[in-house]
Amino acid sequence: MTDKEKTLYYVEGIPIPETPRPGESPAPWKRTRIVGKAVPRVDAYERVSGSAVYPSDVSLPNMLYGAILRCPHPHARVKNLETGRAERMPGVHAVISGRTPAADLPWTYSSQGTRKKSKLFDPHCRFEGETVAATAAETPYLAWDAVKTIDASYEVLPAVSDERTALDQGAAAVHEQGNRVGPPTSYERGDVAGGFAEADVVIEENYRTECEIHTPMEPHGCVANWDGDRLTIWESTQGVYRIQQNVANVLNLPLSKVRVIGHYMGGGFGSKLQAGKYTIIAALLAKITGRPVKMILRREETYLSVGNRPPSNMTLKAGIKKDGTLTAMDFTCTGTGGAYPAGGTSLVDWQVRDLYKCPNVRTTCTDVYINAGPARPFRAPGHPQGAWALEQMLDALAEEIGMDPVDLRLKNISPVSQARDGQPPYTSSGFRDCLAEGARAFGWKQARRQIAAAGKSGVIRRGVGMAGGLWVAGGGRPPSTIILKLFADGSVNLNMGASDIGTGTKTVMSLVVAEELGVKPETIQIEHADTGSTQYATPSGGSKTVPTESPAVRAAAISLKQQLLEIAAQDLAVDPASLNFSAGSIVSKNDPSKKINFTELSGLKKRGVVVGIGYRGPNPANKVTNPFAAQFCEVEVNTATGEVRIIRFLGAHDSGRVMSRLTYDNQVCGGITMGIGLAMTEARVLDKNNTGKMVNRNWHDYKLPTALDVPEKIDSLPIEPDDTEANTTGAKGLGEPVTIPTAAAVANAVYHATGVRVTRTPINPVRLCRLLAERRKEG
Amino acid sequence: MKNDPEEKKPGFGPGLTRRKFLKTMGSGAAIAAASDALTARSTAEADVIKPETIMRVNLSVNGIHRSLVVESRWSLLYVLREKLGLNGTKVGCERGECGACTVLIDEVPRYACLTLAVEAQGSKIVTLEGLMHGEKLGTVQQAFAEHDAFQCGYCTPGQIMSAEGLLRSNPAPKPDAIRRAMSGNLCRCGAYAHIHSAVAHAAQLRGKKGGAS
Repeated sequence: MTDKEKTLYYVEGIPIPETPRPGESPAPWKRTRIVGKAVPRVDAYERVSGSAVYPSDVSLPNMLYGAILRCPHPHARVKNLETGRAERMPGVHAVISGRTPAADLPWTYSSQGTRKKSKLFDPHCRFEGETVAATAAETPYLAWDAVKTIDASYEVLPAVSDERTALDQGAAAVHEQGNRVGPPTSYERGDVAGGFAEADVVIEENYRTECEIHTPMEPHGCVANWDGDRLTIWESTQGVYRIQQNVANVLNLPLSKVRVIGHYMGGGFGSKLQAGKYTIIAALLAKITGRPVKMILRREETYLSVGNRPPSNMTLKAGIKKDGTLTAMDFTCTGTGGAYPAGGTSLVDWQVRDLYKCPNVRTTCTDVYINAGPARPFRAPGHPQGAWALEQMLDALAEEIGMDPVDLRLKNISPVSQARDGQPPYTSSGFRDCLAEGARAFGWKQARRQIAAAGKSGVIRRGVGMAGGLWVAGGGRPPSTIILKLFADGSVNLNMGASDIGTGTKTVMSLVVAEELGVKPETIQIEHADTGSTQYATPSGGSKTVPTESPAVRAAAISLKQQLLEIAAQDLAVDPASLNFSAGSIVSKNDPSKKINFTELSGLKKRGVVVGIGYRGPNPANKVTNPFAAQFCEVEVNTATGEVRIIRFLGAHDSGRVMSRLTYDNQVCGGITMGIGLAMTEARVLDKNNTGKMVNRNWHDYKLPTALDVPEKIDSLPIEPDDTEANTTGAKGLGEPVTIPTAAAVANAVYHATGVRVTRTPINPVRLCRLLAERRKEG
Repeated sequence: MKNDPEEKKPGFGPGLTRRKFLKTMGSGAAIAAASDALTARSTAEADVIKPETIMRVNLSVNGIHRSLVVESRWSLLYVLREKLGLNGTKVGCERGECGACTVLIDEVPRYACLTLAVEAQGSKIVTLEGLMHGEKLGTVQQAFAEHDAFQCGYCTPGQIMSAEGLLRSNPAPKPDAIRRAMSGNLCRCGAYAHIHSAVAHAAQLRGKKGGAS
């Protein structure tokens, strides 16, 4: 991986001294009593009763509301800013801009791109939606009145809105040095030319996926409040410690003076891993006014300024022998992270490099600037795009050599991670079972036979498609610290820094505690996601939260148990080694009459609480832990109208041990739903020939899948290979792999139904109708 | 005015006529959408209420009478959340696209972001908090919890209110009716499959309770 990929979710290579030494970790569970069961979430009540307080719900006495004036042009220089009228409006308490001394602060859009510095209010606005000024007022209505009263004049500069023309002669320059983010990144193994010479069939195809916007339901935003020199921020975020770090860094404050709280948050999908300019602006407005400030972005602002999944323009050339052996792949990608370095082509080539066994592979990625909002990681960055190309290519190759698409994939499973240095093996790979068991459960062969028998007559055509995938991360890693407190009445407090972004983190961790201690999940109270009162955690992203935190939770529970055994041994006057745990009590292995409940332990009564601390141990050396996936779907295409109805979907996922069945299935359904959005409905549209502005910056014009767009039947088939090496709970990441193969599976099904290969997203009626018409014309 | 058929339009309580509402808007989308004749007549006849004009409204929220002073432009959503502290109703888009702010207005699920507080006067408003029986969950809430019909939970209050509205008008909906009734509520986490099964389960739970929520 390149340096920038390594820092996407965590910093590699820093030793973590407090983690347990190898050999000190407990063996993985053989069987579980409660882990993996379908139990409702521990915070279900809060989420359905309305008592859960999201950052946008926080309301403090004397609170003001903030609003941001954003540049209406994709590329412009702020010429003049007249804020006097806004400042004099009754109820308006502050107006800040680049001219405000306290707001003259440096800004970098991404940890991946510190080369291109910006400012909090940069007079050179390189994308539509860049911050120009901000206001704080008694009501959000007044704050927006004030924003509209600011008289800003701009020198509009030429803009480039399409990464495919950004390197052309005469293209407008986003940055003075040109539109290349850096030299193209490349990867090569084996002898690519030799591989193609060996092939019986070589196919080359161009693919494109459109830019997607995250649009979590809760808009990005925060509430900021100062107590003297201490700043508290309630932020809608995937990681409170990351926000603390960002804010302390920009405002030049000690970490200890910045408290970030994010108990609940309304979705992020990668776009809330970092602080936004709005976070800093809220803190500044609160400081200047001496009052708390609530700054929640408007929906349109979230389309322009807080990230996206970059568009990917891909070419894949692949060679294969008649027996299905892949001989060579050559992949190129051009993408854009927008106006600043933001991983425009990050990991787009990973599927090609690593998923299927192929000795000769070359990839080249070119990341360019355009005048649009900077990208942020979006659920499995790069992977669904790469899968869109690779998985459609495999289908085309399978057809060409007369092989079943599932069989072709089964033939090319790699036991090692080919793209990593030294080609290390996986701690486990359930990919073979994802494909084979998934195909069986879906009725793949039967469905293909039935469709073939039905023939290609009539307007309505059925088709089935499938695709595979792996996720580059998902193994978790240190650091993580967990504190468990057992109170005298036997109830437990679990203290962790990680956020539950809706994946069920809190529920999974409760089940781990319940499994080890034999207590009921409902007696466990969780304190989490607060830099002031919980332990350090990396943000919840990269599908690493469960495999990172759950072993640390287990370690804390085991530490607690060891202490209790010692206390019980004193009370029962026996050797601690002769004692066992049994549902809330401690029993002698030899003499079952020697038994004591937690709550009767004299040591616990005296101390009031026993504390267990757990750390995340190191990952196994020279091995890789990745989740694998295969998804299958059936579609019905109206060849007259181009409408595609998805009849059913099945996701077969190897994410290691299933930790909580209800939330597991929910992730599978959710990932598939989001993948259907990529395949069929979602695309950022920039007015590239005229204004360069985004024309569909709302949910009316930018379509998310609704309840009517998802299949009535989505099945989740967990594949649980026994992974005894990954970590002490055997869990691998789930949140991202579930959306990697989806769009490609839909495209393959549409091809199967119609014979038309849709290589560009989205597969909407307009595009499909045109392709069907072209095909009819060609005969 | 007395014989004005506009007075009897559904969805507008006795506190505000459709015509007066349009005047309240002053200018913009509502006026543009109205017929020219109506617009011309309205502005000629009466004083125009400016957006920031302070007005007293009487609202019935979850069976409790609330009397408060609002700006005429304040949405029901803003008043529920920021003035009455009923944060169960969420802000998603403030332009009638996502359904996160769905509440029942006279039993019908409606977007609180597209409803002015002054417009809601005289109507019975029910929010998520109004479905609770003290500390206990209502049937739809219970079904959502049991079926894990959410992930981040932010769209959930709106989803629950749409389901509640559906079941109040159609106690035994068929699958297609559920999908249609729920299609005005976006869920970016994509929990639709579980939401669907939760609504079907809620219908069963209510059947057992004789239709009570």
